[in-house]
Amino acid sequence: MRFARVLITILVVILVLAGGGLLLAWKPAIAPIARPDPARFDAALVKRGAQLAAAGDCIACHTTPGGKVFAGGLAVPTPFGTIYSTNITPDEETGIGRWSEAAFIRALRSGVDREGHQLYPAFPYDHFTLVTDDDDRALYAYLMTRQPVRAEAKANDLVFPLGFRPLVAGWKLLYFRQGPFQPDPSKDAAWNRGAYLAEGLAHCGACHTPRNALGAEDRDHPFAGGESEGWVAYAIDGKSPAPLPWDEAALAFYLRHGWHLAHGVARGPMAEVTGNLDGVPDSDIAGIAHYIADRMGPPSPARQARGAGVKAAIVAAGDAGPEQNQAVPAAATEDRGAALYGASCASCHDSRRPLPFGGMNFQLSTAVNAPDPQNIVNVMMYGLPPADGEASAVMPAFGGTLDDDDMVAVLDYLRRTFSTQPAWSGLKKLVADTRSGAHPVTVRPTEGIERSPAHIGAED
Amino acid sequence: MDGHHEIALTRRHLLASAGALVVGFSLAGRGFAQDNTAAPKLPGSLADSPMLDSWIRIDGEGVITVFTGKAELGQGVRTALIQIAAEELAVDPAEIRLVTADTGQTPDEGYTAGSQSMQNSGTAIRNAAAQVRELLAEEAARRLNTAPDQLRAEQKKLTGPDGHSLTYGELAESMDLPVEAAPASPLTPHARFKVMGKPLQRVDIPAKVTGGRAYVQDLRMDGMVHARVVRPPSAGARLVALDESKVKAMPGIVAVIRDGDFLAVAAEREFQAVNAMRILAAAAQWQESATLPARQDLPTFLKSLERQVGTVAQAGTPDIPSDTKVFRARFTRPYQMHGSIGPSCAVALMQDDALTVWTHTQGVYPDRKAIAEMLGMPPEKVRLIHTEGSGCYGHNGADDAGADAALIAKALPGRPVRVQWMREQEHANEPYGPAMLTEIAAALGPDGKISHWNYDLWSNTHSTRPGGAGSLLAGRSMAKAYPPEPAEMEITPSGNGDRNADPLYTVPNKRVLWHFLPDMPIRVSALRSLGAYANVFSLESTMDELARMAGADPVEFRLKHLDDPRAAAVIREAADRFAWSRYQPAPGQGRGFAFARYKNHAAYLAMALTVRVERETGHIRVERVVTAIDSGEIVNPDGIRNQTEGGILQSLSWTLYEQVTFDERRITSIDWATYPILRFSSVPDSIEVHIVDRPDQPFLGTGEAAQGPTGAAIANAIRDATGVRLYDLPFTRDRVKAALAV
Amino acid sequence: MSIHLKVNGRDHAIDSDPDTPLLYVLRGDLALNGAKFGCGLGQCGACTVMVDGKAALSCVTPILAVEGRAITTVEGLGTAENPGPMQRGFIEMQAAQCGYCIAGMMMRGQALLQENPKADDRAIREALQFNLCRCGTHMRILQAIHRAGELMQQAGAAPSNPGAG
Ligand code: FES
Ligand code: FES
Repeated sequence: MRFARVLITILVVILVLAGGGLLLAWKPAIAPIARPDPARFDAALVKRGAQLAAAGDCIACHTTPGGKVFAGGLAVPTPFGTIYSTNITPDEETGIGRWSEAAFIRALRSGVDREGHQLYPAFPYDHFTLVTDDDDRALYAYLMTRQPVRAEAKANDLVFPLGFRPLVAGWKLLYFRQGPFQPDPSKDAAWNRGAYLAEGLAHCGACHTPRNALGAEDRDHPFAGGESEGWVAYAIDGKSPAPLPWDEAALAFYLRHGWHLAHGVARGPMAEVTGNLDGVPDSDIAGIAHYIADRMGPPSPARQARGAGVKAAIVAAGDAGPEQNQAVPAAATEDRGAALYGASCASCHDSRRPLPFGGMNFQLSTAVNAPDPQNIVNVMMYGLPPADGEASAVMPAFGGTLDDDDMVAVLDYLRRTFSTQPAWSGLKKLVADTRSGAHPVTVRPTEGIERSPAHIGAED
Repeated sequence: MDGHHEIALTRRHLLASAGALVVGFSLAGRGFAQDNTAAPKLPGSLADSPMLDSWIRIDGEGVITVFTGKAELGQGVRTALIQIAAEELAVDPAEIRLVTADTGQTPDEGYTAGSQSMQNSGTAIRNAAAQVRELLAEEAARRLNTAPDQLRAEQKKLTGPDGHSLTYGELAESMDLPVEAAPASPLTPHARFKVMGKPLQRVDIPAKVTGGRAYVQDLRMDGMVHARVVRPPSAGARLVALDESKVKAMPGIVAVIRDGDFLAVAAEREFQAVNAMRILAAAAQWQESATLPARQDLPTFLKSLERQVGTVAQAGTPDIPSDTKVFRARFTRPYQMHGSIGPSCAVALMQDDALTVWTHTQGVYPDRKAIAEMLGMPPEKVRLIHTEGSGCYGHNGADDAGADAALIAKALPGRPVRVQWMREQEHANEPYGPAMLTEIAAALGPDGKISHWNYDLWSNTHSTRPGGAGSLLAGRSMAKAYPPEPAEMEITPSGNGDRNADPLYTVPNKRVLWHFLPDMPIRVSALRSLGAYANVFSLESTMDELARMAGADPVEFRLKHLDDPRAAAVIREAADRFAWSRYQPAPGQGRGFAFARYKNHAAYLAMALTVRVERETGHIRVERVVTAIDSGEIVNPDGIRNQTEGGILQSLSWTLYEQVTFDERRITSIDWATYPILRFSSVPDSIEVHIVDRPDQPFLGTGEAAQGPTGAAIANAIRDATGVRLYDLPFTRDRVKAALAV
Repeated sequence: MSIHLKVNGRDHAIDSDPDTPLLYVLRGDLALNGAKFGCGLGQCGACTVMVDGKAALSCVTPILAVEGRAITTVEGLGTAENPGPMQRGFIEMQAAQCGYCIAGMMMRGQALLQENPKADDRAIREALQFNLCRCGTHMRILQAIHRAGELMQQAGAAPSNPGAG
């Protein structure tokens, strides 16, 4: 991402050629309609739409923290400038109130709005294109029965000349393959259901797949790890850095509850994803877990062995149960990182209180074992903000307490002590950039956005 | 800290030594009360402690000391009592020195609870002060040779028509009679108030905002040790093995104290004690058993505990005829916490066979009795001094922390012992507000008025306060263990689990039953408003539904069923200020109304509010709250407002978020991550509290009046916004989402 | 080996273990009552102080991490006789019931106003989101911080941080 700006020029040239030359950019407008009467929609269809919208995490991008649901306006930073999410409430003037079902389906299928304008791929239609017409109809029914909210979309702030939408057509020519989803007959129904959701509406790859210089997902390395809103989206292919390898059951539990004993609590953008998955039936969760587990493949014997070792150590330590904090004070040490850990971190992370409310045992922490330390830096700096009115894992922010050097000392200590991976490099700059905002991280207040690790128990 | 040897002093002794007006310190207040049984009942707590000098003393220097058996709990009672005394003594509030609950100095006024401080202590002090003022005036008149009504009182002086004056100090010096209160007092009429009825800045706030010593947590004494208790991981767990060696080797350790299943450690420095507690916890093995109910099915569980039924109210022929329009519903309220922001704390010192405990208990006298029993000491050898803690809202860990400190201090005579509970300990061990189940069947008559009312509630007792030693956690876990006292159902006018169960509304045929649950698998006790929260929630939700059935406006419908003009007045006031009749809902918004007279004999409170419901996330936001309250004669209007705002916000938090969680053995809501409460983003945009002043009417308890109506008004507003009624507290997002179709 | 702390502008040599949380040193060694023990877990904000002008939770801040940095507690904002603007705001608005959470609220408010003297209601709520009050004093706390902001503006210059001096 950091050298993206250098590439912008190249990008522009390609896009102008592609977009301008082929006149593909032009799409007709679809005639506006009067806002459909919400009562017209079948309740069962609306309900299914709600589940699909939850799987799609629509609310996360189309709602500002504390703002009205689906009214848009959230700033989505991209290497090419800031894009603001649109109002997808059925408001006739500022939302999608005048969109027909056909216009809605076209937007999801091919990334073009009702008036025929190209949409930027920050709206992940490269995934949504896989969604079936039937499901699009359910989503339409759900959105058209929401509360209309008058909220003008903010103008995007993109580097020249990307503000010229027809250029997107060129990008599509290069990278966009239209759906809908084609099931793989060689796989079972659960796998196909999982693939349909994960690749389509749930758009897992939008964060977990690396992107090329033109912002397109690298199709040669699906799920090899990406980034989102300043957070690392870990590899969820064979290269998963989780100390204890994921399996299907662990994935299903994690997606269902927002945490897993061996993998910690979802935070950052993933907390919103798992929070919203609350509204998705168990069978769909199971399908996604099944599919992702298959894409990860069985862990290598070496990883398996390493995982077994970690597990044995943790089982031996036992679980203290909730109200007995048994964090044992560290012996006096000259090692600043160790001393800071002992004083700031151990009282929760060594308390042996189980997840999700106890501190993560760092031997199990993907963040500490991953090649990129960004997430652990984010969490140290900004903490885990409490969910409003919901039980949630809470961690205080240490940004005000630990200066850059001390953060680096703790990070070094964590890596040395709880991981067998090589030391991280460039920590000082990373910490400084995260603090200064040079590396922007989204730490949203939890208002209005689901982040709780509690599971509602959506029925099938 | 000084003066705890005064306990041994006799009344005669003080008579000889005090040398001022109001000598004769009546520590034996209750004894006097018994002597006085034939006399007409004295106002407020004067009935129990009739000697004026129990309440007010003026020394030769003119220093005025006022005594109250009530305690400052953050409710501002200190300031209000000072206002009352200052008004009746015709002095500036700054002249009053107020001594609060202290078994060595103040009258026994039982517990500071039930919003009764103003009714009891405020009334006593007001009457005592008025009578003292009268005595001073009579004495001055005698000495100045004039009539009492010719005297002017200002600046602690009484001045005659000729300009001669005598100070209160001079007058007090020449008067040496202990005086018993008279039944009637020359109270200052409302029209002449200078101090009462006006906002007075709270006297405790400056220290609290500048780091002054304000709380028991802030006490520091020479030679003080810091102690921490290692509590059992679940109630009733037995300590089966303990390896003390590691702890004993730690720096600064003074002692490991073990008495049966009671385990604690004391250290020179506080953080040493914290570390030692953790090591000790890791070195202790407990045997636990699965004693807790299935949380998911509260109604079945509560019903299974029923052993006794008591009739709270009955009238007419309550059985509902078959051909009437009936509203039936079942409501639940979970176990909920006090959740004080500062965990409980106490300091105790055992010296020369006498024990002093500085504690934020709500009842120094009853707690003294319990601690004395636990330690096998005569109560006279134990002194409890109330020292403010964090707000408690009822019976939290205060008494238990006091007992912990006492037990440890006994093992370390001569050294003050400070015990500070950890957050997890407070959350897991405080006695919770009991879970409740209520069922209602109410019918409308052909005239659109309520004809029948059948109301059943299932609840434990709401008070397990000391009591005896068995009410204290330390007492229960000592080797010589004191078992908890068996709970008994008591149906009284103030109510307990049945508080406010009997509707104030006029209903010709009614039956209200309390299905009593004596067993307490989860320890419970008094939480602000006791049963009134769940009962008013149930009653006022029902009133709303009945109004709908009758096709009536909910405000009008309530008025139609009330005879009490003061009730009607607060309802009208709240509705007018809210502009109820002109209300236009915004999308997703609804309004709700609720009313209750707390305990059916304390403050009247009516409330209208708006909520916004976000169907997609189940998120509820209370936006605007308008309240009207009548607490009788106003002492400090700002104090009433502050308390009422606080009650509203606390009840809002209970209503939307709060429930104690547990598995078969242990409490699992043991910190703020697992027991979420209100945060600033969900604080309403505005809260208005309008006070209806009732000059020359008795003070009515205020502090708990908002708890019930707030829960009900929120439920009613959600109903208005969505068409769906919620019956189970709290209204978590999950529940709201589940209740609303998408 | 002692650790040097600069609290409310004054230097102190502390001989506690370097891993001792700042809260215990403020309350124990320095006998300052302002910062309160509320949870010790970094969950409630009762122990909030400022370190170099930023709000920090003293219960999870080891003293070795703040050696030599400017620490401000509520005692550093003024005295009962001569209260600073934040304290005056709270007194004027009578923004306390039990008051146990209040010092933490004031320190959050102070840190916010030093960074953003014109903080609006939303900004104040956001800044205080982490801090808990059980008495329900929230409305008054918000008003008090608004008022403190006004008082600071009236006083002319941007609010000063005595601890930084
Ligand atoms: S005491 Fe530090 S955050 Fe609660
Ligand atoms: S005023 Fe008591 S906790 Fe805030």
